[in-house]
Amino acid sequence: MGKFLLRRLATNLILVALAASLAYMLAATTMNPRGAYEGRQPPVAEEVIDATLDAYNLNDKTPVFERYLTWAGGVVTGDFGKTWNGGSVNEEMGRRIMVSLRLLLIGTLLGFALGVAVGAYSAVRQYRFSDRAIGVSSFVVMAVPVFLLATLLAIATYNLNRGLGFTLIEYTGEYNPRLSGWDQFLNRLNHLILPTISLTLGSIAFYSRIQRNMMLDVLNQDFVRTAMAKGLRRRTALFKHALRTALIPSATYFAFAFGTMLTGAIFTEKIFSWHGMGAWLVDAINQNDVNSVAAVSLFTAVCVLFAAFLSDLLVASLDPRVRVS
Amino acid sequence: MSILEVRDLTVTFPGGIQAVRGVSYDVAQGEVLGIVGESGSGKSVTSLAIMGLLPQNAVVSGSVKLHGQELLGMDEGELTRVRGKAISMIFQDPLSAFTPVYTIGDQIAEAVRVHQKVGKDKAAKRAVELLDLVGIPHPDVRAKAFPHEFSGGMRQRAMIAMAIANDPDLLICDEPTTALDVTIQAQVLEVLKTAQAETGAGIVMITHDLGVIAGMADRVLVMYAGRPVEQGVVDDIYYRPRMPYTMGLLASIPRVDGEQDTLVPIEGNPPSPAALPPGCPFAPRCPMHIDACDDEEPPLTQIGGGRYVACIRSREIEHKGMTGADVFPVPVIPPSDVARVPREERETVLELDNLVRHYPLMKGAVFKRRVGTVHAVDGITFDIAEGETLALVGESGCGKTTTLQQIMQLTPPQSGRVVVLGKDSSKLDKAARKALRGDLQIVFQDPMAALDPRMPVGDIIAEPLRAHGRKNVPQRVAELLTLVGLAPEHAERYPQQFSGGQRQRIGIARALALEPKLIVLDEPVSALDVSIQAGVINLLEELKNRLGLSYLFVAHDLAVVRHLADRVAVMYLGRIAEIGAVENVYDRPAHPYTQALLSAIPLPDPEMERSRKRILLEGDLPSPADPPSGCRFRTRCPKFARLSEAEKRRCVDEEPSVARLARAKDHGAACHYAEEIEVITASEHQEEQ
Repeated sequence: MGKFLLRRLATNLILVALAASLAYMLAATTMNPRGAYEGRQPPVAEEVIDATLDAYNLNDKTPVFERYLTWAGGVVTGDFGKTWNGGSVNEEMGRRIMVSLRLLLIGTLLGFALGVAVGAYSAVRQYRFSDRAIGVSSFVVMAVPVFLLATLLAIATYNLNRGLGFTLIEYTGEYNPRLSGWDQFLNRLNHLILPTISLTLGSIAFYSRIQRNMMLDVLNQDFVRTAMAKGLRRRTALFKHALRTALIPSATYFAFAFGTMLTGAIFTEKIFSWHGMGAWLVDAINQNDVNSVAAVSLFTAVCVLFAAFLSDLLVASLDPRVRVS
Repeated sequence: MSILEVRDLTVTFPGGIQAVRGVSYDVAQGEVLGIVGESGSGKSVTSLAIMGLLPQNAVVSGSVKLHGQELLGMDEGELTRVRGKAISMIFQDPLSAFTPVYTIGDQIAEAVRVHQKVGKDKAAKRAVELLDLVGIPHPDVRAKAFPHEFSGGMRQRAMIAMAIANDPDLLICDEPTTALDVTIQAQVLEVLKTAQAETGAGIVMITHDLGVIAGMADRVLVMYAGRPVEQGVVDDIYYRPRMPYTMGLLASIPRVDGEQDTLVPIEGNPPSPAALPPGCPFAPRCPMHIDACDDEEPPLTQIGGGRYVACIRSREIEHKGMTGADVFPVPVIPPSDVARVPREERETVLELDNLVRHYPLMKGAVFKRRVGTVHAVDGITFDIAEGETLALVGESGCGKTTTLQQIMQLTPPQSGRVVVLGKDSSKLDKAARKALRGDLQIVFQDPMAALDPRMPVGDIIAEPLRAHGRKNVPQRVAELLTLVGLAPEHAERYPQQFSGGQRQRIGIARALALEPKLIVLDEPVSALDVSIQAGVINLLEELKNRLGLSYLFVAHDLAVVRHLADRVAVMYLGRIAEIGAVENVYDRPAHPYTQALLSAIPLPDPEMERSRKRILLEGDLPSPADPPSGCRFRTRCPKFARLSEAEKRRCVDEEPSVARLARAKDHGAACHYAEEIEVITASEHQEEQ
């Protein structure tokens, strides 16, 4: 079992390296950081531009592979290079990483837990009104793109606040820097509400559909009946025997759902003016900032594969059949 | 004093489907009530209704009293105190009856803790005790195993352990041994008897197997179309049935001891619970049907001490002392012309010579490496003469199916030879192989899965004809349908419009399309109800005689084999243990495995069942990946245990091969110490007849 996980971890590390390298190559070959210096008034001398770009390892006159080696050498030692204008990618990342992780972590866990709960409930109430209502709303949510959903939420909140005459729910930014201590913590939570909702709704809908199907497969199985024949209440039998078994397949979707969550985060951060990794990616692409794009890609790859590893762990802990063989 | 009183129990599902229509019975302390019926007769729904485990959309009425306390309409809290405590249930399929993610020990301990205020350690200790009681070896270790690590028989034992955990007053067993092999079934039935002795519980035993009921039950209730049609003491039901359905059922089961000439099938199919006929539901299939039968459904009336029958002509049946064979028309099967020629002078249609099929056992996800070999078929030899039926019998995992596949593939085997109609499969080219396929056809076990649901029956039967470029296809399809007892106009319909028995007939028609010489029958009747099964067996026999076919018949039901086969080969772990003419092998089995197998089969005869001594085998089939050295059966062999050390040596070191027994012409056994003994004795009733 431990060997199996170690092997998985090793393959994941290779995949991360591969994904990050490819992303760097793509960014380095398609982006043009020189453009930012060339169009300046007064014009900057070409030697100066070359020297600057060389210093940042962004010079398109150096062969791509050479730049890649320099970049990769830096990454291995923990240095992600310089931004297009000479700032430290590490510093920028340090500022932003927690912002994104906070959003993603809460979103993922909440999405998984609520999605599973909603799906299981919907399966138990199959064909009743609540099941149908959950079904229809899940599909609506899944059909609406995140950016639309987030914008709609922001507009609705704006109107709500205006109607109330005071700000009940914050709809922009991460926190109010003028507050401190306990107030600031509450303020941060308030700012979290809208982005979290817009991020998690999608994954709740996604998980609830999967979990409903898994649960329905299990509900008619003999072991649920056996559990009730033992003298367990229906609720206990459903929770302890049916849901516990039906969780296993859902756990394998964990990694996939995390990927969609990341794409969602890009929009959400932009729309609610959070300065996280997603917003940074958009800005970096606009600014032809090769090293920042590569850093965000690396972060994404690590996140996705960590989620995959987690879902392996989860499946192994849930399913003895995997553990034993 | 009865523990359970069921009165006028009715279960209706949405859409007006009346699954159970007025069932009443009592069960006394320590008594075993057998409920017999075919699929759809409502026997399982009845027991689920008593447990309160039916889906919420089922409407249940009537009365179910346990110790005088009404169970129907009880709220969940009270019901959970009864379930698993006063009434326990054992389900059919032990594979899915345990939650796959918890250990067996935990699940039994859970049953203990639901009803008794004990700590976790104590409950776990009790679980181990219970597993020990039901005969699980090393119960302390096995309690920590997960359900998928248990074999089918072990799981059913664990199920029994769980059911008796709280010393119940009533045990409901719903087809407890149907999914198991015969030798395992015999073990589990013994365990059930132990469990009953331990708890003194009353048992409701639901099954379609009249043999199992004969040995276990004190009283029997026969159900048909959701209603009890006959009820009485076990001997009365078996020896003096008074309802034509019961009589037909008893006459239609093949017997492993029997010298029945022909099985008596019940024509037609059970009615759909959504569209019951007026009057007696059995009337459309009943040979004693008179006009008065259609007027109203006859009530279950008492005709003597504890004897109830629902038939308006029961007095007449009793008066005239009729049996199933008198009432039901006995089909006439034309004799075979080929059978008159001595076997040696007939052509050989199939010859297997030391056939071997091993599968590599692989490990690893990316770099696969071989870690062992599954010895699925390990050198078997037999032949089939023209017009002969050879049955291949054995428990699951003995290599029957692999042998079939190897024959049907018509490709060179790993080792040994397969010769079909004089042609060696290793020397065939593509064209010859295709031509030969026309002479070698197969009928599958599951008639539902064997027919394409989106193809009309006519096309299904025409497919082999078209593939081989035959002419006059529609005419031939009509002929074939008539041949298997269906009508030519059925060609337009789809498989789902037919019942199981009819579907199997369609499968047979397809196999016959190319006028084959040899048909391979892979468990052709095991998925069918008894009353339907008899008709298909008779059809197979008739076709064989009329068309001069040869059959290779694979089955686990030794009673069916005795009825249909001329010769039988008993397989154990990829080897043939015993082979010979049916009467030799059944009447004087020489291999200890055959003896155990035959003695494990329950007979539909209560007196014989009571007086029989079983040879019980211990444990499960060893893994074919790691067969024991020398004789493969020695690890479970009852004879091996009685041998002296010097004699045992030979079993361990030397693998026996099939040797002809001195006395018989066609009988061989693969045992160093083969000794013919009689396992199944003829009953008094049979002798009288």
